[in-house]
Amino acid sequence: MDMSFSPEEMAFRDEVRSFIADNYPQDLANRRTRGEMTKEEILTWHRILYKKGWVVPHWPVEYGGTGWSITQRFIWNEENARAETQALLPFGLSMVGPVIFNYGNEEQKKRFLPGILSADDWWCQGYSEPGAGSDLASLKTRAVLDGDHYVVNGHKIWTTLAQYADWMFCLVRTDPAAKAQEGISFLLIDMKTPGITVRPIITMDGAHEVNEVFLEDVRVPVENRIGEENKGWTYAKFLLGNERSGIAGVARSKKAIERLKSIATAELMDGQPLIKTDEFARKVAELEIDLSALEVTELRTLAAESKGKGPGPEASILKIKGTEIQQRITELAVEAVGNYGSVEVPTGEMAGNDFVAGPAYSNGAAQNYFNMRKTSIYGGSNEIQHNIIAKMVLGL
Amino acid sequence: MDFSFTEEQTLLRNSVQALLNDKYDFDTRRKIVKSADGMSKPMWAQFAELGLLAAPFSEEQGGLGGGAIETMILMEEFGRHLVVEPFVETVVIAGGFLREGATKAQQDAHIPGIVDGSAIWAFAYAEPQGRYNLADLVTTAKKDGAGYTINGYKAVVLGAPWAQKLIVTARTSGGQRDRDGISVFIVDKNAAGVSTRDYPTVDGRRASEITFENVKVGADALIGAEGKGLALVEKITDQAIAALSAEAVGCMGELNKATVEYCKTRKQFGVPIGKFQVLQHRMVDMFMAYEQSVSMTYMVNLKLEEAEAERVKAAAGAKVQIGKAGRYVGQQAVQLHGGMGMTDELNVGHYFKRLTMIDTQFGNVDHQLKRYSTAA
Repeated sequence: MDMSFSPEEMAFRDEVRSFIADNYPQDLANRRTRGEMTKEEILTWHRILYKKGWVVPHWPVEYGGTGWSITQRFIWNEENARAETQALLPFGLSMVGPVIFNYGNEEQKKRFLPGILSADDWWCQGYSEPGAGSDLASLKTRAVLDGDHYVVNGHKIWTTLAQYADWMFCLVRTDPAAKAQEGISFLLIDMKTPGITVRPIITMDGAHEVNEVFLEDVRVPVENRIGEENKGWTYAKFLLGNERSGIAGVARSKKAIERLKSIATAELMDGQPLIKTDEFARKVAELEIDLSALEVTELRTLAAESKGKGPGPEASILKIKGTEIQQRITELAVEAVGNYGSVEVPTGEMAGNDFVAGPAYSNGAAQNYFNMRKTSIYGGSNEIQHNIIAKMVLGL
Repeated sequence: MDFSFTEEQTLLRNSVQALLNDKYDFDTRRKIVKSADGMSKPMWAQFAELGLLAAPFSEEQGGLGGGAIETMILMEEFGRHLVVEPFVETVVIAGGFLREGATKAQQDAHIPGIVDGSAIWAFAYAEPQGRYNLADLVTTAKKDGAGYTINGYKAVVLGAPWAQKLIVTARTSGGQRDRDGISVFIVDKNAAGVSTRDYPTVDGRRASEITFENVKVGADALIGAEGKGLALVEKITDQAIAALSAEAVGCMGELNKATVEYCKTRKQFGVPIGKFQVLQHRMVDMFMAYEQSVSMTYMVNLKLEEAEAERVKAAAGAKVQIGKAGRYVGQQAVQLHGGMGMTDELNVGHYFKRLTMIDTQFGNVDHQLKRYSTAA
């Protein structure tokens, strides 16, 4: 057992660190939320990495992967978090991409993987429905075969950044008579197809991140179905497993804790930095310890994965603990900024136009806290993750 | 021992409930928050007409002779409807300073404007370096002939964009965090040298950053004795804490009701999600947090006139309970509503945001724990 990096791994770290330093655009460095960015700005880092050939280190080499070891990938993620680079959108790279190269046919791989890699295609996820959240398999969006097309009717919700999407990977019901999980198919839908309407949902922090997507007699070529008809649940579950493994967010949380500490160093209580007070120092220490534990837990999962044991149900630990930590960091940031926590940073059309009171580090602390409540709801709510562990790991 | 309300108190609750049910539904509130003004002047006039703004003042001051319990009743109902109008700032805080610290002449000059709804007040006390310490002041008021000259900066002054009058704390002597040397002034917001920058808050209100640059006030602007203002400031902020506790109780009550209702109707896996034991226990914990908060709210409102140490423990204790319970109930209400709980459209997130901000007003859980543990 050994947790330290080898000299080769240290050299790799230096290489990627200097690559990031030399190539990450300075004008993006000061902006951390997507709400402040245009579509092109969100994709800037993706395009730079694509050119370098580093956009999908977690893919097999034959599809564009880097061939890095699990440890190298870990280092890469750490270094990106350390430099606070823009997080790459997961919908193509981590969600539908692996589904396509695992379960798609050659034609589909040729057609869709290049656009995912280059970011010429923006993907969104058509999973949840108003009546199918935690119970995803109860989804009702219907696809009926009509010649060489499916005709799709239904209503998807919580579709992240669908306002920019070119494509949606979508779970549809193709056999309404079958048991819930057995009549589902996995379709790739061109968002320009007639009959698709995207309607924004504004969340309580004022952001427009999620949407409703209405599908009305949307004609989807049969060749856009992944794998077999009525076997879509298998691919959906594979994708959800990947979603969970990326969700721990350890490296980003480390950086967020650093930021929290710098806030608590600037904020004064009776003339003394807040971080020097027992009660706040103790809370930050607890958070760091929780994160250390999660980091090693994630490394253990990765190590198992590198021996061919793909992310199993224990990935739910990473989702639960990872999101609890992310939420706790934002909660403590609100505590740290004190009175200025109540200042609202304008969003949407108003963004950037108005006076924002308080030190820069306090801006958006509360909205960030509100926004992060989503993390224990999305990707399979934390209650569902508990169910998964109870059933699949503990055998209850 | 009797925790029941008098007939008059029940009537008061009924009348404010009737008004808010009729005229302050969630859609109306959303329009008010999004309006250029950010508050409803007609609603404020109706509050005045119903006598709500007169509730805690004595009859000789033109009031209804009510006390903390009447304020508590109003605040709970305001909490249920997420009322944004500056009742706490104007009636509880400015009214409190005038009732408890002002001369007869000052009361005669200012209370009628509060009662009839023509004057809105804000409380400019917090400073960027001071966090929640009411005595940590660098704003100064220097004796200048018969009056004073005020210089300094006040942060996050809630309700100030709507206010004509400000209650301002300033240092007339002593060092930055001395308990002695603090004085309380009435300042016209449009006085020469007062400049404001207004902005919205995350809970649908408005606030200002206020700079005071050589602002001249007369001797009649001073409330209470020069340099001895802190005790009064603490007493009035404890009254504000008692009022905010009641508001939080109103918010939590609505969240719990909405959450239980949602879990009874929302079906997943073929059953209402409220059938899942893990969620049942969660809602029981939310219910207990609410009941404990009701208890602390009654307690602090009954103890506002006790000796200082007793009052401070009651106020700090209530604020700790409200802070913890508000966070738990707010977070879990969002969680149990799932994605819907995250939306701007549903009221759940708005209650959660308000509860979050109530925790930071006048000192969060940590601050009040410390205050409680050091109260002599």
